[in-house]
Amino acid sequence: MFQTPEFQDNNHADELPVVSKILCAIAVGILSLGLIVVLMVTDNPPSSLPALVQGQLTQSGVQNPVTAVLLNFRSYDTLLEIAVLLIVAVAMLPNSQDSRLVSVVTNAQVNPVLEAVLRWLIPMIIVMAGYLLWTGASLPGGAFQSGALLASAGVLVQLSGRLQFCFTSTIAKLLLTIGLITFMIVGVGVATTTGVILQYPTQLAAPLILLIESAATLSIAAILLLLYNSLATQTVDISSASAKQPSTSNKSPAPNETLQSTTGEPAS
Amino acid sequence: MDFDLFIDSCLVIGILTLACLCLATKNLFTAIILFVSLGLLVTIAWVRLNAPDLAIAEAAIGAGLTGALLLATWRQLRVEPANNDADTPNKSGDENVPNP
Amino acid sequence: MTQELLYNIASIGLFGIGLYGLIVAPHIVRKILAINIMSMGVFMLLVASASNVNGTPDPVLHAMVLTGIVVAIAGTAMALFLAGKIHTLGQASDKDDH
Repeated sequence: MFQTPEFQDNNHADELPVVSKILCAIAVGILSLGLIVVLMVTDNPPSSLPALVQGQLTQSGVQNPVTAVLLNFRSYDTLLEIAVLLIVAVAMLPNSQDSRLVSVVTNAQVNPVLEAVLRWLIPMIIVMAGYLLWTGASLPGGAFQSGALLASAGVLVQLSGRLQFCFTSTIAKLLLTIGLITFMIVGVGVATTTGVILQYPTQLAAPLILLIESAATLSIAAILLLLYNSLATQTVDISSASAKQPSTSNKSPAPNETLQSTTGEPAS
Repeated sequence: MDFDLFIDSCLVIGILTLACLCLATKNLFTAIILFVSLGLLVTIAWVRLNAPDLAIAEAAIGAGLTGALLLATWRQLRVEPANNDADTPNKSGDENVPNP
Repeated sequence: MTQELLYNIASIGLFGIGLYGLIVAPHIVRKILAINIMSMGVFMLLVASASNVNGTPDPVLHAMVLTGIVVAIAGTAMALFLAGKIHTLGQASDKDDH
């Protein structure tokens, strides 16, 4: 079908036989061609939703239509999305008993170039994340982008080797849940004024959206950083294996290395 | 052909080629790196489709954080010594290596 | 061929490549990569349909895809975590069999 580049061979014992692969390819190809034909034949009738959003945009408190839809018109979806993120974070909480959020690693294998760059880069990332959060009201931006940027800053900090995050402390639990809690309090609180849950009063819409977005940014950043942290610091619990310390996230990618390292040493 | 359409078709050809290569390479590390590049090309596709919020989110979340998660898992699956024999059926079905 | 049709074809192509990779791939991380490629195809189809409105593009579909991107990374993280656990427990139980 196409010429794959030459790489080291791997264990083929688990692959499907070639006939099955060809049959699969034919079936998937027929399905894709059918879908393309269907897409070309059906027209796309213009939807009435964009006009509705444009009409109500001034009453929503923000000027960016995507933010208005996410946090005002369809705020229930965003509430449930933050809840889904929190559920995944709870499922991946680590087992350690450390009570500090950020701890300095002793005998750190510090990556000196990365650490030097991060002294300049991390403040800039934090300012950029704050800017994206603030400008989400009128320009492209918002809570999710800002939270993801802060989580990337945390990943870089952990990669440099000097600091390590642990999300079982009290302040970490507060950070993880503050987005959902704020959203629910605001949603129920406006029901006392306007009678409907999650319907903001028109003059308070802009500050309420900013409040929800700020809390959601902190929460999303903490959750995404927790996801990375628990994947990067997994320990091996085999009792008969040699004692393995929790692998910190110092990655030394050797580009020609496959999964075939027979010992713990990286192949040259 | 229109210049915009030419740019879009080059982008689409690049995206489809990267997707094929990502799932066809034998080296898992290369597949992960190609997946991150695919995420970046899809970011440019979002810009071409007038979706700047999605472009920022895809660059940060789809390409950046997913790449970090995948590389962390790759390291986890790679660092443990392969203690299985060659003829013991694996429960996970991954590319475990027979011990020499 | 309009821009929307071109991206529709690309999205179905991505979906098909991801589906084939999901069925055929032997390693669990490759299957997770294939699922992510399939979801990128679905998002591309949604955004391509959203871009054809005269004037501003359809913001409801953009919001839906943004939600989808975030939930996709959450699902990927959970799947990778489970893959690591399966690998660890598989090795442990293989050692117990000896």
